[in-house]
Amino acid sequence: MPETLRRIVIENSDEISKKWLEEITERRKKDYTSTISEDLFQSTNREFVNVIFSSINRQQDTEVLNDFSERLIHLGWPLSYITDGLQIFRRVTIDYILSQSEQVDTEHFSRILRVVDDWVEPIINQLVNEYSGSWEHTVSLQRMALQELSAPLIPVMDNITIMPLIGTIDTERAKLIMENLLDGVIKNNAEVVLIDITGVPVVDTMVAHHIIQAAEAVRLIGATCILVGIRPEIAQTIVNLGIDLSKFPTKSSLRKGFIKALEMTNRDIIKPEEEKAEEVTNILDSLK
Amino acid sequence: MSQSCVTINQEWDIVAARHMGREKSKELNIGTVDQARIATAISELARNIYLYTESGTICFEAIEDPHHYKKGLKIIAKDEGPGIKDISKVMEDGFSTSGGLGAGLPGVKRLMDSFDIISEEGKGTEVIAVKWSR
Repeated sequence: MPETLRRIVIENSDEISKKWLEEITERRKKDYTSTISEDLFQSTNREFVNVIFSSINRQQDTEVLNDFSERLIHLGWPLSYITDGLQIFRRVTIDYILSQSEQVDTEHFSRILRVVDDWVEPIINQLVNEYSGSWEHTVSLQRMALQELSAPLIPVMDNITIMPLIGTIDTERAKLIMENLLDGVIKNNAEVVLIDITGVPVVDTMVAHHIIQAAEAVRLIGATCILVGIRPEIAQTIVNLGIDLSKFPTKSSLRKGFIKALEMTNRDIIKPEEEKAEEVTNILDSLK
Repeated sequence: MSQSCVTINQEWDIVAARHMGREKSKELNIGTVDQARIATAISELARNIYLYTESGTICFEAIEDPHHYKKGLKIIAKDEGPGIKDISKVMEDGFSTSGGLGAGLPGVKRLMDSFDIISEEGKGTEVIAVKWSR
């Protein structure tokens, strides 16, 4: 039975493809692929239907399927194109087979259904796997990239280190912040660490709690933490929440925090011009 | 009035809830400081759901006060978690069962204009908070 059906389908592949192409073009009008050019759409459709038939005809080496899905993924075609396409193919094929067969009882019908499903399902499975595999890969790469970005530590000068934080802080990131902060203090022999939260969108009790703990841990190893980049609206929400940040210095901007840090390490910013001007006046004075 | 909801199952759902809250408050022309307050309140409520229950939802609703012609954002945080034994205790500053700061719920009350909490042990908790635009 599967073999006869296979023969029917393969022999009439032209007609089935034609119906399929009509339906998928119809589907396109109201939906996702509108940004794709007509030519590309048609050629991809033809390729898709060829892939399906060669798979049914058991010339199937998975290479062809893989190549096809890889190209679609690369071009950024939606997964729904593939699932819709195969769904339509299943419907069209079943309709065609039914129109060709004389006997239509439930048993025959369910057998046809099963046979067609056996053709279509492996293709769906493989293509969906390819797609989700590619997504998982992307997500894991992005996660790695995020982790690298999550708690950077910049030793700007002797004894002063800055940790700029951008984006949401979750539990995992909070742990990384603490570790990097303490490692960095020891490694760079820092006396002052500036934590810049300019880029942190929301400071809730959990974020505040982690910052307080980090600052306390930094204090324990003999350095000082300055919290900088507190925007006015964040200051207000912190007060509303009733969070006590008085145990360590805080500043509105990184600039102010840095000046404070210089002060704490007994340094100051001196403009070289002033020195030079002084020198010149000294020389002029000595010439008098 | 239509509601939009975010389901809280994992930590990153908190960010999604916050994001939606911010969008809604922008639509209602709520000022940036109040937007930050709303986002923080959502963060606290969503984190409570994440920390103490299996899952729950945060819903948003645009509401109107007919007497004062004001618009506001209503936040409904609902879960079917273990519930809260002693509500007056959790509304005290500094009370926490998870080693946190214990400023969450009392903080939300101060961040928002109105605050209601209903909880039954073993059945779940519902918090309804409103912020009016000024």
